[in-house]
Amino acid sequence: MKPAITTSKQFYELLSSMRFAVSLLTVIGIASIIGTVLKQNEPYANYIIQFGQFWFDFFEMLGLYDVYHSAWFLLILLFLVISTSLCIYRNSPLMLSELRTYRETATEKSLRAFSHKHAYQSVHSFDDTCQNLQQFLTLRGFRFKTVRHADGGELIAAKAGSYQRLGYIFTHAAIVIICVGGLLDGNVPFKVQELLGYKKVETLDIPESEVPAVSRLSIANLSFRANMTLPEGTSSDVAFQRMRDGYLVQELPFRIELKDFRIEHYATGQPKSFESDLLIIDPELKEPLAHTISVNHPLIYKGVAIYQSDFQDGGTKLKLNVWGLFSTQSKPLEVDGTIFKKAKLGEGDDALTLEFNDFRMFNILNLTGDGKGKPQNVGPNVTFKVRDTQGQAKEYVNYMQPLLLSGRPYFVSGMRETQQEDFRYLRIPADEDFTIDGFMRLRTTLFDESQHAEIARRFAKVAFGERSSGDLTQQKFEASVVQLLDAFAKGGYTRVADMIEKSVPEAEREKAAQTYLKIVNGAAFEAYNLSRERSGKQAESPNEENQQFLQESLNAISDLYFYGAPFYLQLTQYEHREASGLQLTKSPGKNLVYSGSVLLVLGIFAMIYIRERRIWLLVKPQTNEVLFAMSANRKNRDLDVEYERYKAQLDKVLRTR
Amino acid sequence: MNTAILDDVPVPLLKRLSWQDWLYSLILVIGAVFAYVQYGNYMDVYEKSFLFGAAAVFSWLGWQWKPLRMLVIGVGAISLFAISLYDADLGRANQAFLLKYLISSQSAVMWMNVLFVLAMLIYWFAMFTRSEFAGKFASSMTWAAVLMGLVGLMVRWYESYLIAPEVGHIPISNLYEVFILFCLITALLYLYYEQRYNTRQLGGFVLLVVSAAVGFILWYTFDRQAHEIQPLVPALQSYWMKIHVPANFVGYGAFSLAAMVALAYLLAERGILATKLPALDTLDDVMYKAIAVGFAFFTIATILGAMWAAEAWGGYWSWDPKETWALIVWLNYAAWLHLRMVKGLRGPILAWWSLVGLLVTTFAFLGVNMFLSGLHSYGAL
Ligand code: HEM
Repeated sequence: MKPAITTSKQFYELLSSMRFAVSLLTVIGIASIIGTVLKQNEPYANYIIQFGQFWFDFFEMLGLYDVYHSAWFLLILLFLVISTSLCIYRNSPLMLSELRTYRETATEKSLRAFSHKHAYQSVHSFDDTCQNLQQFLTLRGFRFKTVRHADGGELIAAKAGSYQRLGYIFTHAAIVIICVGGLLDGNVPFKVQELLGYKKVETLDIPESEVPAVSRLSIANLSFRANMTLPEGTSSDVAFQRMRDGYLVQELPFRIELKDFRIEHYATGQPKSFESDLLIIDPELKEPLAHTISVNHPLIYKGVAIYQSDFQDGGTKLKLNVWGLFSTQSKPLEVDGTIFKKAKLGEGDDALTLEFNDFRMFNILNLTGDGKGKPQNVGPNVTFKVRDTQGQAKEYVNYMQPLLLSGRPYFVSGMRETQQEDFRYLRIPADEDFTIDGFMRLRTTLFDESQHAEIARRFAKVAFGERSSGDLTQQKFEASVVQLLDAFAKGGYTRVADMIEKSVPEAEREKAAQTYLKIVNGAAFEAYNLSRERSGKQAESPNEENQQFLQESLNAISDLYFYGAPFYLQLTQYEHREASGLQLTKSPGKNLVYSGSVLLVLGIFAMIYIRERRIWLLVKPQTNEVLFAMSANRKNRDLDVEYERYKAQLDKVLRTR
Repeated sequence: MNTAILDDVPVPLLKRLSWQDWLYSLILVIGAVFAYVQYGNYMDVYEKSFLFGAAAVFSWLGWQWKPLRMLVIGVGAISLFAISLYDADLGRANQAFLLKYLISSQSAVMWMNVLFVLAMLIYWFAMFTRSEFAGKFASSMTWAAVLMGLVGLMVRWYESYLIAPEVGHIPISNLYEVFILFCLITALLYLYYEQRYNTRQLGGFVLLVVSAAVGFILWYTFDRQAHEIQPLVPALQSYWMKIHVPANFVGYGAFSLAAMVALAYLLAERGILATKLPALDTLDDVMYKAIAVGFAFFTIATILGAMWAAEAWGGYWSWDPKETWALIVWLNYAAWLHLRMVKGLRGPILAWWSLVGLLVTTFAFLGVNMFLSGLHSYGAL
């Protein structure tokens, strides 16, 4: 009768079974897939927008926003370590004994039961036969043990490639070592402290010095991966670990100062290198340590590796022109701005706050219509938000220099109301001097009601030509032009369309619209020339160039009503200041992971490329019959091929004198 | 002593080498020394060790598999000839007759594309007609395609330096270039097994994936102008790339090869083409060998990738989608090997599995770049 199997024994069997390990690996695989499909570690607001509150809470409970650091994922890894360790513990003794043994206890009967076996009649004497066979095996890389049987026969038990067995131990030990190293470098210690209530993620956006001790990790912290953003000329001795919807402050055993940050570019404008000149300030050093890091070339100091990871603006100073878009002021206002700072425009209820968020000196864009041309650098841009007194904000991105779109230059400004949207662009045509002034001149003139009569007069003169006499028809015409200009000045083409809808019967609207458009265009051309004269420029006669400019200007004016801000910000000067994004890591598990990796490679090669084979040769006394049997722990074609070869060779050895 | 004992005794590698082997290695070493003397000043210690390491590795590979010697020498000679035609002027690619129509990098790659597709068609023809001659011809075409592809990459390497010395880099840095690498490695692996197992019938199957890759290269070239040489972003400027990427593609190539053999297996098992295809257990064995090689190299590649990541991103493992999918691919084939080696499983299940494995691999290789975002952004389509 079998002894009763206890529960703990059963549990041990389960934990150390391959089935269990494979199930764990499958779960890890599936969890990993979730982590790649669902973007990890996004701001929580994004997830709420994406899933809605209910699913957001549910997914948060499951830890899906940071799968790889969730408690259950780490637990599975832990189980994998335990399971694999037990598996090694259980199988290794067997493997090692297999490695050593020659299986010299095989009997004739068991050999005859082999699938790969053959019997020969040796033509040599018993001793010669034994000697020949031993030589035969040695020459082919087999090691052997001989046993003299009671009946006088000799069994030669041989083997080759036994180290394949080490492969099993190596690979599986490697899995354990790598996982342990990984868990060490993961945030397990923090997880435990958090569970016990010693530590807490800080979710408020407060100055670093006010972050309470529960959200700070001391320099004794074994392993971390944190970020530090240093503007040029500043220094810091803390880094931030982003975690879920908040962060932790990681204190460092030294201070880092950024002297200079550099981006070098290729001729085509793509970035070629990012470099930071750092100064490590440590009381233990006689003088600060100067070192330059760049991508792929980190600095390791006191076990902390300092990487160049990204860069951002460090508070660039800006000078901007504020062009009122609906005022009749022909000169812009000048304001100063600094990235990450705010500026105020206007007073009282109409006051708007400008929040400067980013400045980029280089922007590589592909502006060719079909997207097939070469991307190129289009110069600096500034990103900012305009916030009203209610707190509503829109985001803008303005390019400093005109961009060439289909060969024509425009001042481009993108606008969007939420982060999820794409920017919609306002394109203001640049004038013949590549400035925005021409457009602004035209716009002020068109929007200035005191000028409308003059424009209408001039236009009527052109329209009536020779017949122009100032009669009633002409006056009526002028009046309707003024009316139309007023409408256009109040709301662009949309307003004109409204006007048509109100005053013209449906059947005639299309025709009226065409006429009205012609009038607006014609009047606008007079406004164009009027605006030129007022700034001391030559009036022009219509040509293709100014007609196109005019048309695009009118389109842009109509778009102003959807632009969302009552002004256009034109960047005129900047004083660039950058900030370098550093990543700081301490990963004591790295060496374990690397040595595990080496072991893994060795083990896999051993398992795959070393083939364990065994040969038994039984020489029987008197008859000199030789029984040849062969086996391998992996039954495959290689065994068949090798068996056939040895069979033929042995035949020759045993039957030629 | 009985001399029969000595028959067919395995001889150690060095004793097996002929004078041709030694000559071949001598040429490689002279080439490496020449390059070192010329350009050693511009190399760091890793690049120097790669230079001589390459001479050693290709010597060894050539000793193991003789046809490779001719390929290496041929690629070297033709590439040097092409480079001499350039005369340090990139514009010559469209002027010099031989460059324009044959061995500028762009033309050579086009020849590779054409030859691969032709080779596939001839392989199929040879299988259906059982024509020995056509089969041999198809093999030669495949060799020629590999030759042209390698010349294309070599010349492209040189061309990148002609754009500007700072732009110059090894041409395995973007999706276009690694697709060429993929075709070459898959074809070479196949040619090796073709000779080892004497199985020309599989050529049509294996070249199916290669031709699919060729289709991608053509689309990528003509629709996206992807063949234009772009400078390297800072993260890719690392010696790790030179070993991580090739190791990865030995893995991808071997897995693809295994999947195509699995396809042949499944057909033959159902009696389709069974009389024309090799025996089932030969197919099974080739499939196993390919996956074993692929697994070993994929392991190395993933480890190298982790080491590179540790240097470039600040952590050896970031659970970036590409990394994670590499892990999934790895686990998938580890499971495959377990079933075969531990449970002794054979036959159609494993064949189906390696076909599905190709889907997983393809997703890791292409799908991740197309559908998921992460740190491996250079590969974006
Ligand atoms: C993580 C938990 C794992 C467990 C519990 C496990 C368990 C086992 C067991 C019980 C064997 C049978 C050994 C024998 O009798 O020959 C085995 C063999 C093997 N394992 Fe694993 N394994 C694990 C993971 C892996 C992984 C991740 C790999 C990937 C490389 C791997 C590769 C192999 C190979 C190739 C063999 C065949 C060994 C031979 O037959 O010589 N194992 N494994």
